[in-house]
Amino acid sequence: MSLKYMQEFRDTELARGLVKKIGAVSTRPLRLMEVCGTHTMAIFRHGIRSVLPENITLLSGPGCPVCVTAQKDIDAYVAFAREKDCIVTTFGDLMKVPGSVSTLAREKAAGSDVRIVYSIFDAMAVARNNPDQEVVFCAVGFETTIPTIAAAVLAAASENLKNFSIYAANKLTPPALAALMQTKGVKIDGFILPGHVSVITGIDAYRSTFETYNIPSVITGFEPIDILESILLLIQQNESGQPDLVNAYPRAVADAGNVKAKEIMNQVFQVCDATWRGIGPIPASGMQLRQAFKDFDAAGRFNMDMPDVPEPKGCACGEILMGLKTPEACKLYKKACTPMHPVGPCMVSSEGACAAFYRYS
Amino acid sequence: MSKDDTIILDHGSGGKISHALFSDLLLPLFNNPELAKQDDGAVFEVTAGRMAFSTDTYTVDPLFFPGGDIGELAVNGTVNDVSMCGAMPLYLSCGLIIEEGFAIAELRTIIESMAAAAKKAGVRIATGDTKVVPKGKADRIFINTSGVGMIPEGVDVGGDRAKPGDKIIVSGTIADHGITILSEREGLHFDSDVKSDSAPLNHMVQAILGTGCEVHVLRDPTRGGLGTTLNEIAAQSNAGIRLYEKDLPVRGPVQGVCELLGFDPLYLANEGKLIAIVPEEDAERVLDIIRADEFGSEAVIVGEVTETDPGRVVLETLIGGTRIVDMLTGEQLPRIC
Repeated sequence: MSLKYMQEFRDTELARGLVKKIGAVSTRPLRLMEVCGTHTMAIFRHGIRSVLPENITLLSGPGCPVCVTAQKDIDAYVAFAREKDCIVTTFGDLMKVPGSVSTLAREKAAGSDVRIVYSIFDAMAVARNNPDQEVVFCAVGFETTIPTIAAAVLAAASENLKNFSIYAANKLTPPALAALMQTKGVKIDGFILPGHVSVITGIDAYRSTFETYNIPSVITGFEPIDILESILLLIQQNESGQPDLVNAYPRAVADAGNVKAKEIMNQVFQVCDATWRGIGPIPASGMQLRQAFKDFDAAGRFNMDMPDVPEPKGCACGEILMGLKTPEACKLYKKACTPMHPVGPCMVSSEGACAAFYRYS
Repeated sequence: MSKDDTIILDHGSGGKISHALFSDLLLPLFNNPELAKQDDGAVFEVTAGRMAFSTDTYTVDPLFFPGGDIGELAVNGTVNDVSMCGAMPLYLSCGLIIEEGFAIAELRTIIESMAAAAKKAGVRIATGDTKVVPKGKADRIFINTSGVGMIPEGVDVGGDRAKPGDKIIVSGTIADHGITILSEREGLHFDSDVKSDSAPLNHMVQAILGTGCEVHVLRDPTRGGLGTTLNEIAAQSNAGIRLYEKDLPVRGPVQGVCELLGFDPLYLANEGKLIAIVPEEDAERVLDIIRADEFGSEAVIVGEVTETDPGRVVLETLIGGTRIVDMLTGEQLPRIC
């Protein structure tokens, strides 16, 4: 996005107009969930909560990939780091996430070779430059990152990169929304659907959840004008009693999504069950390498099968991710759990609800 | 010393080779009478009054970056720290910790930068020390500088002196240094001319103090950026600080990289910017003085000190909302200076 384009989506007058409209149409309390962690950050960063009517509550959903990475998967990454002659490559925000025994940052400090990369293709370069060592890439992320990981696996296969593998803890967004709606006690009046994920999935990925639960759902972007507009649309749908599934981010999201990206993703990966930190197992919400690409599966290569571990005692991250609690309602928040000493995953990543609350409110 | 030579352990031994390094490289470049005496320490005259004393250690990676290098940074950083006490910096020390195998040609470039920076700031590097550690025991070169300066009569600045109603001036664009280091280190080559803002601010500070205006706080927002430094001031002064996002000076390319990588310019380092907190009635005059300085042409008022929210920094966002600007809680980038 050019900078000029970006500034237009932060325009003060336009924003004030939307805020005014929101105030005019809102007559009753509503609980709207922003599914995506990048939305959570943007909402805090632009002070959006502070301009909304009091009866509109924004809930931060399960869309921070680092936050929902299961402890056993972090334990696996730590275990790789402890392997002899193994280089672990990871996105930076995974470094401080606590597993049940350690973090990648601690392992690095203790002498393990853990390297931060900005792209899986950088991890492949590490493998090429270190042919005598195994290089494992910690694959986390939603639909936004999965196609790139798939493309990298295809590239690694075609260049016969033998010392490179991935441990996939990737997750799919729509099954999590369905699981949320089925959870007892969950009350959500509308979804602010993720922009980046939807660029890949398109709008139909959400249709079955929308049709089953009749819940107002709007795909939107990350600028304040985008977010305010989506909130207005969700309030209007609630007030009029006419729920709809809307793509309000057409400048980036095609209704069909990115067909090519989806093809590559499905060529390399197949859907599997997955454990979400704080939430538990969700059927058909993960991605695993297909048999044809098993050579690139780090778990198989290292014979790594970590056991499930219980959540830290007192940690309310699961309830927070489902909109059942706000961070302030967790008894560890700002006491035992801070960004300096995170207990739960929502405090670790800058996109986590607790870290965002801590930092901005 | 040929230009292909490297530093060996003997350069730090105190023996003949150490002396050669001093007399062939350091002394001619730093070139001042206090250092030339080659005593155990520098001896100099001072006038009666108050002094400021500061120290900092420089470990920046990479050593050379657009807009500066570790040598220039080591001089400007300490010159600025002394200046922010309201003092006129006079003398610096220079402690070098060099890894065995470091190229003497690179060392010369760094020392030349230090000498040029000292000349520009008008300070003398009057004493120093060189140690060489075995290969792998340090990362190429680390530099410590300490500095002393005299505080003019009647000057009393401090982080605890911000008062409600004061205006907050920033002497130019923020986050330039932080983004430069990040881009260089990660090999992120953006099609832009972002460079470090490393600069001495002592002349600017002297001009500000020379106006006779009441100056409550002077600080340079280095590591942790503007956001963290203002939090420190809010806490020290037990006052609130209100910032306006629309007034924050950020260069377009810097903003662009921040958006791309998820960094907040409020938390990125500056190496040639100051914050001046002054009473409202003096704000325009101080602003004009800063803008007249070589390194202050883009100075702006970014906010004010408030009675409300004591100890907190609150940002009014572009869309008219508000949010807290908290202190940086973890490192955004290690070893930026």
